[in-house]
Amino acid sequence: MEDLKTKQKNVISDETIEYVGILAKLELSDEEKERAKRDMGEMLDYIDKLNELDTDGVEPMSHVFPVNNVFREDVVTNGDGSEATLANAPERKDQGFKVPKTIG
Amino acid sequence: MSKTYETVIGLEVHVELATKTKIFCGCSTAFGGAPNTHTCPVCTGMPGSLPVLNKQVVEYAMAVGLATNCTITQYCKFDRKNYFYPDNPQNYQISQLYLPICRNGGVEIETSAGKKVVGIHEIHMEEDAGKLVHDEWEDVSIVDYNRSGVPLIEIVSEPDMRSAEEVIAYLEKLRLIIQYLGASDCKLNEGSMRADVNLSVRGVGETEFGTRTEMKNLNSFKAIARAIEGERARQIELLEEGKPVIQETRRWDDNKEYSYAMRSKEDAQDYRYFPEPDLVPISISDEWIARVKARQPEMRTEKMERYQREFGLPAYDAEILTGDKAFADLFEATVALCGRPKKVSNWIMVETIRMLKDNGMDPDEISFSPEHFAKLVELADEGAVTNTVAKEVFELVFREDIDPDAYVEEKGLKTVSDEGALRAAVEKVIAENPQSVEDYRNGKEKAIGFLVGQTMKAMKGKANPGLVNQLLRELL
Ligand SMILES: [Zn+2]
Repeated sequence: MEDLKTKQKNVISDETIEYVGILAKLELSDEEKERAKRDMGEMLDYIDKLNELDTDGVEPMSHVFPVNNVFREDVVTNGDGSEATLANAPERKDQGFKVPKTIG
Repeated sequence: MSKTYETVIGLEVHVELATKTKIFCGCSTAFGGAPNTHTCPVCTGMPGSLPVLNKQVVEYAMAVGLATNCTITQYCKFDRKNYFYPDNPQNYQISQLYLPICRNGGVEIETSAGKKVVGIHEIHMEEDAGKLVHDEWEDVSIVDYNRSGVPLIEIVSEPDMRSAEEVIAYLEKLRLIIQYLGASDCKLNEGSMRADVNLSVRGVGETEFGTRTEMKNLNSFKAIARAIEGERARQIELLEEGKPVIQETRRWDDNKEYSYAMRSKEDAQDYRYFPEPDLVPISISDEWIARVKARQPEMRTEKMERYQREFGLPAYDAEILTGDKAFADLFEATVALCGRPKKVSNWIMVETIRMLKDNGMDPDEISFSPEHFAKLVELADEGAVTNTVAKEVFELVFREDIDPDAYVEEKGLKTVSDEGALRAAVEKVIAENPQSVEDYRNGKEKAIGFLVGQTMKAMKGKANPGLVNQLLRELL
């Protein structure tokens, strides 16, 4: 691990880690930020390694299997799922999830 | 100072598709369910659940694309749009960014400025989010995921519109096409059709676009028109003061007639799209496109022509009746039962439209049956009831969908053509109105109208007007 860190090429700035934190809705301590910067740099280093491969003329792939057109018919198959769904609510009110006031 | 400005408008229109189930799971899309009853692990984003695409969504999207002259993307995929918001339990929305199902279309609109084509940049498929309701008692919001995963198409226009009038004409055109296709009911007030307005201004003659804002929360044509006027004025004022227009999303408050910059989820407009790994690509063959095309129902122009050809209706009638699918449906169903196309057309164009206006209703809120409507048209046309009675009965058909035959029978409203009964009534009216009688005898032709009216009144509107007229002339 130490070894990898010394060779790290991608350096993540404070601004970037701050921005990524906002997007991910995460509040990080200074210590956590440093660790996240290091982790992210390592990930990007690994991507750089993948980028060494010549992919000219190769179609970008989003799926591993050569499968297309998996459909369902438009038929209702599910009944009242409210109890199972609401079982995951940290807080509930009436039949809904209770969350901090949010403007739609 | 007195520079003239041009408004440049593009629309993003979201339409909720009329499928029975959600886009990626077998949950019902029916309205009015108790909160969270139409939910499952897929539409609430539970880890490990997998979406499976509803085929009908693809077909509706193709149908709308074909009817708006788009090219169908024969190899298309879904993408993930990432954002955090309580209405979105997956923390991403499955949408289409790179390969939307329809591209490069357009529809023709007609306004006071003439005819023009509004380009359609693309149409993509995506899922709707849940609904947040502010709680009345506590300072919290309550989330209902029944709408989460309901299929939507988003129709993105080119920035081709220049006025509120053009925007409304474009929206009405889209709504009519989609209603004819049966792909959605397109109700702005209920949210099954929603329009976001992208607007910028620039000096007349300039070729570069100004900075645009996006306005949301527009739920009627009137609100859209007001929002466009309001935003145009706001941007021009900024420019006149030498201040910049900021590219942002604004929320229109129709009561205050002002838009406000939105914060919350719009803060970070960085959605980090990537190809949706849980859904395989869609491959649309030429045959599939041909099948969808062949199933396209008759659209407005064809219907208008057919009404004139097949039913001999004037062009004006055909235009009104096809102007709303609810009118066309009612017309066709009624004529199938009682024939008399021109009479049916008149009853729709005059009395039905009047009742809708009086009650502030939209044509798709018509709730009476073609059966009862057809009976009424027959009763009136055969002279079994007078016009006055027919109009009264129609109001009841409109309001309560009563059976006109039974009602007329029960209330004894049939036109009285019995000469004896009418003669007695006419004689009484003559005896009671000597002044009018004298006026008539002195050559005042109009006086007879009054006497007819008095007789009709005495007969509670049920007298055969022709016969009353004839008897009056005879007895005078
Ligand atoms: Zn579901």
